[in-house]
Amino acid sequence: MATIISNRRVAEGIYVMHAAGRFEAKAGQFFMVRGWESYPLLSRPLSVYDQDEQGVKFLYKVAGEGTELLSRMQAGEDVTLLGPLGNGFPAAAGRTALVGGGIGVAPLFYAARHLEQADLYLGYSVEVYEEYEFRSIGHPVTIDCGGRVLDLVDFDAYDTVFVCGPEPMLRAAQIKSAMSAGKAAVYVSLENRMACGIGACLVCSVGCENGRKKACSDGPVFRAEEVVLA
Amino acid sequence: MIETHLNTTCRIGGVTFKNPVVMASGTFGFGKEYGKLYDLSRLGGISGKGVTLHPRPGNPGIRVYETPSGMLNSVGLENPGIPAFLEEECAFWETLDTVRIVNLGGGTVQDYVEGARLIDEDSNRRQARGRRAVDMIELNISCPNVKAGGMAYGIKTCVAREVVREVRAATTLPLMVKLSPNAEDIADMAQMCEEEGAEAVSLINTLSGMKIDARKRRSVFDNLYAGLSGPAVKPVALRMVHQVCKRVTIPVVGMGGVSSAEDLIEFIMAGAEAVQIGTYNFVNWQAGADLVEGVERFMIEEGIADLNEIRGIL
Repeated sequence: MATIISNRRVAEGIYVMHAAGRFEAKAGQFFMVRGWESYPLLSRPLSVYDQDEQGVKFLYKVAGEGTELLSRMQAGEDVTLLGPLGNGFPAAAGRTALVGGGIGVAPLFYAARHLEQADLYLGYSVEVYEEYEFRSIGHPVTIDCGGRVLDLVDFDAYDTVFVCGPEPMLRAAQIKSAMSAGKAAVYVSLENRMACGIGACLVCSVGCENGRKKACSDGPVFRAEEVVLA
Repeated sequence: MIETHLNTTCRIGGVTFKNPVVMASGTFGFGKEYGKLYDLSRLGGISGKGVTLHPRPGNPGIRVYETPSGMLNSVGLENPGIPAFLEEECAFWETLDTVRIVNLGGGTVQDYVEGARLIDEDSNRRQARGRRAVDMIELNISCPNVKAGGMAYGIKTCVAREVVREVRAATTLPLMVKLSPNAEDIADMAQMCEEEGAEAVSLINTLSGMKIDARKRRSVFDNLYAGLSGPAVKPVALRMVHQVCKRVTIPVVGMGGVSSAEDLIEFIMAGAEAVQIGTYNFVNWQAGADLVEGVERFMIEEGIADLNEIRGIL
């Protein structure tokens, strides 16, 4: 059990929850989160937005019944957290770009905080959120609203590119990566549906070059060229 | 353990389970992941992820969809194949102090038989070295997400009989047959298993279900139908377990939506020897440990010293 320190709305349908506890999460890892007993049945996988001495933060979007319930929770109430889970982002080498689309910007904040150099590219569809927080890290931030943020990134200008966003954006990143000069190591972070979160149930399984892998325990970050997106 | 004088043991096919809490196939991997979260020796047993002779990639597309009080899954028996299972997972299984059950799936009768034979041979080799990794086979003739020859074996008793008979002949390990609630007559199916020499039956597998994305005007699942599990199916499962217990004399392992110690006790009262826990593992990652403790607490509160006092009382 983790007690909610704060749970604030930052944009239409977008919230930041701060839950108390001592965790040693790495950027790109996630927790299975639930704020209820039995229903809805499944916990929700939420990636780590930030972590401080008080606890862990989640930047999340209300997408269904579970996240709706989470959004209505108040400071002082308890959530159940299983994690940190998954492997998170690998060590970034050289010049690095962090590219997020929609709620996919969430894991990039904690990643950016731990990089000496990184260029952030954040794409939003309707409303920009957490801009001040992202800018306060101190790295260059490029923001796009309503367009295709990926088009603003020159992969060849980087050694490492991390991309997190909806699946069409990840597929576009794969194509862009394949068509670039190939200098950059491009990684994508998947947002698959999960049940157990720890690698036991195989509902989040993804096709990879060497057979199936689990988005939860083998990922959620994969090399762009290794994963087959449907 | 709360009290040591409580008798929670069960016996199936000559194998003793320390308690009736068995993890259900497909929800627990081969135990490694949950073994990092709690002590698996607390459990009565583990039924591993279903394995088939040849590796299977499983189904494409979305594999899970939450429903009111339940979930639909369409994993489609993704597994590394029996040779890889024996090679890579059984060393871990050798170390476990709980009953280890291989869940055997297949596409053709030949695949089932060859798979059973490989498991049997491996078991004999280990035993010759004084080791053991597998205590029992759970024959899965009922996966709703995999079809063989246009029809799952679990529907018609006459079709299933051949698989059970052939697999029975191919292994000396205790054999438990996992039945489908989609069977034409599940009690007939159970009786057939008893006639063919199975030591036990387990039920229910998932109920065949469907979800349509109304906005996209198509099924959520590439495979069209998917398997429903969770609390939503419990009343149906309990009724079927009760019916089967009335029909057969071999032990019955009940499952379907168990989410509390009282749920589990209901299955025992319906006549089940042991109970499997599936979807609840996703609700509560320490489901197994909690239920073992919960059953003991229930027994103390109700003044029950031995589960046999309440087994099959209805």
